[in-house]
Amino acid sequence: MTTDVAASITGRRRPALPSYERPSGVHPPLDFAGYRSTERRHPRGPLMLLPHRLTEVTGPLLGEELITPADADLTTQHAGEPVGQRIIVTGRVLDSDGRPVPDTLIEIWQANAAGRYRHAREHHPAPLDPNFDGIGRCITDSAGRYRFVTIAPGSYPWGNHHNAWRPAHIHFSVFGHAFTQRLVTQMYFPGDPLLPLDPIFNSVPDEKARQRLIAGFDIELTQPEWALGYRWDIVLRGRGATVFQ
Amino acid sequence: MPELTPSQTVGPYFAMRLPWPQGPFVVPEGTPGAVTIVGRLYDGAGEVIPDGLIETWQAGPDGRFAHPDDPRGPAPGGYHGFRGFGRCPTAPDGSYRIVTLKPGPLPAPDGSIEAPHLDVSVFARGLLDRVVTRMYFPDEQAANAADPVLCSIREPARRATLIAVPEPEGELRFDIRLQGEDETVFFDV
Repeated sequence: MTTDVAASITGRRRPALPSYERPSGVHPPLDFAGYRSTERRHPRGPLMLLPHRLTEVTGPLLGEELITPADADLTTQHAGEPVGQRIIVTGRVLDSDGRPVPDTLIEIWQANAAGRYRHAREHHPAPLDPNFDGIGRCITDSAGRYRFVTIAPGSYPWGNHHNAWRPAHIHFSVFGHAFTQRLVTQMYFPGDPLLPLDPIFNSVPDEKARQRLIAGFDIELTQPEWALGYRWDIVLRGRGATVFQ
Repeated sequence: MPELTPSQTVGPYFAMRLPWPQGPFVVPEGTPGAVTIVGRLYDGAGEVIPDGLIETWQAGPDGRFAHPDDPRGPAPGGYHGFRGFGRCPTAPDGSYRIVTLKPGPLPAPDGSIEAPHLDVSVFARGLLDRVVTRMYFPDEQAANAADPVLCSIREPARRATLIAVPEPEGELRFDIRLQGEDETVFFDV
């Protein structure tokens, strides 16, 4: 059994597995004193290096069966229109080699215009909007593009420290095509005065990397008499050079 | 070249969007040969984490992936209803449950064999990036002893954090401890 398995990949046709870039200094540290919840939730032991083998270079290719086109418009999921500033959020999912990442699932969730999430454990005394769930999904097209229509989320208090308010943001979950590419992050809005005060945003050590979390306002994308346009690209780890064994 | 987008925490409200009803079922419940993985997620004070998310990714029973980067290609016929991917939010008692098929051993390009395993991602409020671990099977002692990843962990007690424990009812228990004395081994992936 063992020999057969080995032969299936080390036989005459030498397989080539991609090896993904290992980011350095881009992601936040797991232990970040400004964000109190990290204190008891970060591993203290060293992270062990995991070489990229079959399990890491493959990943779930979740498809169309999960979504409907309506999932990408958060303003039309109920009978009435939600309250708030209508916005379009669009961009591309790319890898760090510059290649688009097509056919990959994006999931988003956010607060409503008043800064209230539709969640049982949310107790911020701001109103829920009966016409807004704050959840969306879509799959990137062949050029890696995605597009959501939604409402600008409000800021909300979160109790991390005195007078702590999260800057407005939309949560994004992206798969990419490999386990190594999986990314959960948050998109912020330009000019938000809360950004310099937010420990979660500022946990990203590099200033330039931090700026990549902020969408750009785009007047060309903005639709007259209807909605403001924001553009935000998401960049996942690239494959780099293929390693032949 | 475009530069990487940094990670941010999944936060406390991901349950609005990320769980889906079939998420914990890598195969439908009742599939012949299915194994059930149960466990709890703990923090550094030994308290359960009720707002975490567990994701699993694994090969099929033949050790293959239905993915273009598996150079052997998908198994002929495949396994009916097998998705390879599982997702389960933790309950108020910190527990999660995944129903799946046991993966086969995996050939590595250097000729070594990886023992059957699942790659496991953990997301939670307070985790600014996911943490990644692996679950191995307790009935694979010989394969585990030869596994290149397990062999890279010198201390037996640390290695043991990656091996599930059989439960009397036939389930496999894989508890995950983010911090503390029995801290699970996590990987730089």
